[in-house]
Parts: sequence; C-alpha cells; structure tokens
Amino acid sequence: MLEFATTVALGLLGLAAALCLLRLVRGGSLADRIVALDALLIMIVLSLAVLAARTGQDTFLDAMVVTALLGFTGTSLVAKYIERRGA
Amino acid sequence: MEALASISIVVGAMLAAIAALGINRFGDVLSRMHAATKATTLGLALTLIGAAIAIPATGAVVKLLLVIVFQFMTAPVGAHLIGRASFRAGLEFHPSTNYDELSSRIRPGGRGSGDDESGR
Repeated sequence: MLEFATTVALGLLGLAAALCLLRLVRGGSLADRIVALDALLIMIVLSLAVLAARTGQDTFLDAMVVTALLGFTGTSLVAKYIERRGA
Repeated sequence: MEALASISIVVGAMLAAIAALGINRFGDVLSRMHAATKATTLGLALTLIGAAIAIPATGAVVKLLLVIVFQFMTAPVGAHLIGRASFRAGLEFHPSTNYDELSSRIRPGGRGSGDDESGR
C-alpha cells in the first residue's frame, strides 16, 4: 500500500518538477523564473520526504531540512536584487 | 494507519502537481506566484504529515514538523517579497486584469492613474 502510494507520489512529483523546469526555461521575467525555482525546490523537499517514507532512511530527512532552509534565503536575496535593479 | 499515510502522501503530491500546472498556465507573475505559494504549502504539509505517520521514529517526526512550521512561516514572506519587488520593478499584467488600485497610489502620475474612474 505505502509502496504503491509512494510510487504514484514520486511520479506526480516528477511531472510537477518537469513543469516547473519548463517555466524556468521559458521564463517571462526574472520573477517568473524565481517563482518556478522556489516551487522546484519545494518539489525536491517533497520528493525527499516521500523517499524517506518509502525507504525508512533518516539521511533523506537531513537533506530535506537543509533544502527547505536554503530555498527561502535564495528567494529573498533575488527579491532584493529585483527591487533594486528591475526585473 | 498505513492507508492514512498513503492517502495523505498522494493527495499532497497531487496538490504539488496542480501547483506546477498553475505556474505554467497562468498569465502573469502575481497569479503564478499565487498558484505556486498556496498549493505547494498545503501539499507540503499533507505530504510531510503522511511521511511522519509512515516513519514513527521521534527524530524523523521532529524534523518533518520543523520543515512544515518553517514553510508556513516563510512561504508567505517569500511570496510577498517577490510580488512587491516585481510590482515595484514594473511588472506586466495579464490583459484580463480588471483592477489595479496600487499603481496610482505608489506612483502618482504613473501607470494606472486617471483610469480609476472607469475601473477597467
């Protein structure tokens, strides 16, 4: 049950990450790319959590905490940059 | 218990996929940001709660809850920062945007001023 559910979830997350990558490449403005990158990082966090639930390994969780912490830092830094220099 | 964890994980992943769809389908920065922030926050909470149910170890549950709390604190702040910065840098609205009450207030005489009477 859990194995099937994690397989489905990983497939959905892969699809979501591919869509985020598409927006990251197509862009529009810098802000669009940053929004897509932020969402992509959240997809990575989710995938790590699902992998941890599937395998029961704690190592994935440490990587997940670090990724979640770094995502916000990057977003706020680029927001400062956009505000000063323009999109 | 395992069924609950499975359902929670799959629903959270579905919400993440919907958010990614919204990022691609919506027309301008603000609506894309709206899709990306709200849906992924709820999806993250659901998936991580599902993982916390599936992994009963105390340390794992603490880490997962820590990430949920951190995401609920920082996701609105990050979205606000991006929205504010791109608005002040002069973003392009989607053509179907009806109301823009902020432009005329932060930039008198700039974009949007004088159009307030028509409202469209």
